[in-house]
Amino acid sequence: MSKIFRFYGGIHPQEAKLASHRPILAAPLLEKYTVPLQMHIGAPAKSLVQKGQKVLRGQLLAEPGSYVSAAIHSPVSGVIKEQSSCLSVSGTQWPALIIESDGEDQSQEPMPAISDWQEADPALLLKRVAEAGIVGKGGAAFPTHVKLAPPEGKSIDTLIINGVECEPGLSADHRLMLEKPEEIITGALIVARILKAKNIYLGIENNKPDALKLMRDKAAHSALQPRGLKVRYPQGAEKQLVYALTKRKVPSGGLPMDVGCVLQNVATVYAIYEAVLKGKPLYERVTTVTGDPVVSPGNFLLRIGSSYADALQLAGGLKEEAAKIISGGPMMGIAVYSLDIPVTKNCSGLMFLSSSQLSQFQSKACIRCARCNDACPMQLMPSILSTQIENERFELAETWNVLDCIECGCCAYVCPAKRPLVQHMRRAKTEVIAKRQSEAAKKTS
Amino acid sequence: MTDPEIRIAGSERLIVSSSPHFHSGASVGNIMLLVILTLLPACLAAVYHFGLPAFRVLALCMLFCVGGEALFSKCMKKPLEINDFSALLTGLLLGMNLPPGTPSWICLVGSLIAIGIGKMVYGGIGYNPFNPALVGRAALLVSFPQVMNTWQTPGLDAMSSATPLQELGLLQQNALAGDGAALREFLQNIPYRDYLLGKMGGSLGETCALALIVGGLVLIALRIIRWQIPVFMLATVAACSALAWLAKPDLYAPPQFHLLSGGLLLGAFFMASDPVTSPMSRLGATIFAIGCGLIISAIRLWGNYPEGVSFAILIMNALTPLLDRATAGKPFGAQKKVVKNA
Repeated sequence: MSKIFRFYGGIHPQEAKLASHRPILAAPLLEKYTVPLQMHIGAPAKSLVQKGQKVLRGQLLAEPGSYVSAAIHSPVSGVIKEQSSCLSVSGTQWPALIIESDGEDQSQEPMPAISDWQEADPALLLKRVAEAGIVGKGGAAFPTHVKLAPPEGKSIDTLIINGVECEPGLSADHRLMLEKPEEIITGALIVARILKAKNIYLGIENNKPDALKLMRDKAAHSALQPRGLKVRYPQGAEKQLVYALTKRKVPSGGLPMDVGCVLQNVATVYAIYEAVLKGKPLYERVTTVTGDPVVSPGNFLLRIGSSYADALQLAGGLKEEAAKIISGGPMMGIAVYSLDIPVTKNCSGLMFLSSSQLSQFQSKACIRCARCNDACPMQLMPSILSTQIENERFELAETWNVLDCIECGCCAYVCPAKRPLVQHMRRAKTEVIAKRQSEAAKKTS
Repeated sequence: MTDPEIRIAGSERLIVSSSPHFHSGASVGNIMLLVILTLLPACLAAVYHFGLPAFRVLALCMLFCVGGEALFSKCMKKPLEINDFSALLTGLLLGMNLPPGTPSWICLVGSLIAIGIGKMVYGGIGYNPFNPALVGRAALLVSFPQVMNTWQTPGLDAMSSATPLQELGLLQQNALAGDGAALREFLQNIPYRDYLLGKMGGSLGETCALALIVGGLVLIALRIIRWQIPVFMLATVAACSALAWLAKPDLYAPPQFHLLSGGLLLGAFFMASDPVTSPMSRLGATIFAIGCGLIISAIRLWGNYPEGVSFAILIMNALTPLLDRATAGKPFGAQKKVVKNA
């Protein structure tokens, strides 16, 4: 039985899941890994190693810079060549450690397995999550140990595992569910124990019937309840997923924990399983490399610090010139201008678009067709907001809830006038937040 | 900056632009072309019934509107956007609103007013509060009432005749003055088949009901227009005219007569539904349509004017910004509706 109801708005772009039938391939050992010290939301990690130091796979390289931060572990055994910086996805520089592999791929002693996790103290399990450097692998990279410790007063009764993968082209989570179902279930139950959550749902879109059936079969005798969801973008967005599965609406400006829910991506709970039951910290993830120009699209188990160029090579390279390289999916991913960017904990996809899939165009005036308003999953009015923002009336945009925009791209996708709606929203959000911060600073001074 | 679409053929460099990187493929030009296509059946019916003069009026209005937009764009130093076909559509709709015998120079004046005052003066497409074709028609109606009320009935030899609504109006006046026999005769012998197929007096686009309905339904099915607008507009007129007819069947025409006559079908499907000048929300569109229907009914049933579709739509166009703000929905998860600024 699939929950037919989804959420208001949304779109149905072409699914383009070129790699969903390709099993996960583990990447071979590389010579060099560039490990950024900032792969998470929050303060950068503080390096604990020196240049020239020998490290083992899984060794702690950097400790969290603050509470909202994450530990970083070595993906390989070798030598720290230097600490410098690397190109980030957004075009800035990340501080990074460059590690030269010694070819041995020797692991350090794993952390002791917590085999009795079903009776273990939840605080112990939470500590293990932090020690393994686990962050949200679905894209946001929020430090998981912070997410799983909601503040006093927020009682959590529902854990939602996000296996929706609504972005076109991406299939990493799909393959993970097909190949590691029991591990995912165990990981979910561990998280539920930490949160003391009563309901555990696993949301999967109906375009992955094999994963849905498999998870239903495997979870039949556990507390995890897989749920099929209607295929619609952005079904995997947290507020929309909470609504589709529980009918609760996350309040404007709030978080899912305000309605008693916590969400975790399937890859994140898999990492939690590995941390608790194998003592393995987070240093690798499954990434989909796909796109029409790619010779052999596939899903690859990549170690953090591999470069996008390495990932593309695993997929056989390009058979025609690529006009655009996207880190992530085509709806919310970031276009990059170089393949010299390292794979991070939250890089779920690498998509290449050919020139025939692109067109540059001149934006026109809004014709008030309201397709954007109909498509917005947050029920905002992008047509009105974009005109306000064009005229720099940011205070009006704030009143019309521009801060609730999740930047999913549905509005810009449908706009016949090809207006850069998401860019307008981003600009307004930056202005509004900056204004609020300066006003708050004025109040305290 | 003048080429609106530049294809990248064999990139020498990578495109780095904002998400989203997929697009639905929708374009303003496609929408306008589709509307023109759905109007074609009614155009063909007009040419069939009224002959070459119909073709002349339609072609000239389209030509003058496109030319007018090009001229005004140049004068205003705005980039040329006639390739979005909106001026072409305005010309077609204006032509559809004119009598078949309209002289060419009036087509020119109407087109320039429609494009110049109805659209360009506000900043071009998207900024106009009033439906440009109706602005043109209204200006012509009050400036050249003789010409604009010279109708022909297909089949009869180029004799000027009245539209069904005009005829009804005259007969109603006679009935109120005491002589109701002709009116009763008229009401009992309404040639619905002729109305459906277009054999009646009226402007070029008003006559063939069947073609208009088919075109309109296609527009709704393709989601080019909100179905609420034609449905509620027609339903309101049907309801009001039904009430009047039930109260006094000897004086008022039945609702089906009202639905098929005058510019109601053209107005409901193609004029009121213009996205630029109608509310964006479903509720707003519904209220807008009901408002149009009420005003049309008031004019037809009680006013001296036989026809009021153009004026009704223009009046409701003026209320569109207010309706937009009043019906702005509650964002997902918001506690209260959007606060409306003064």
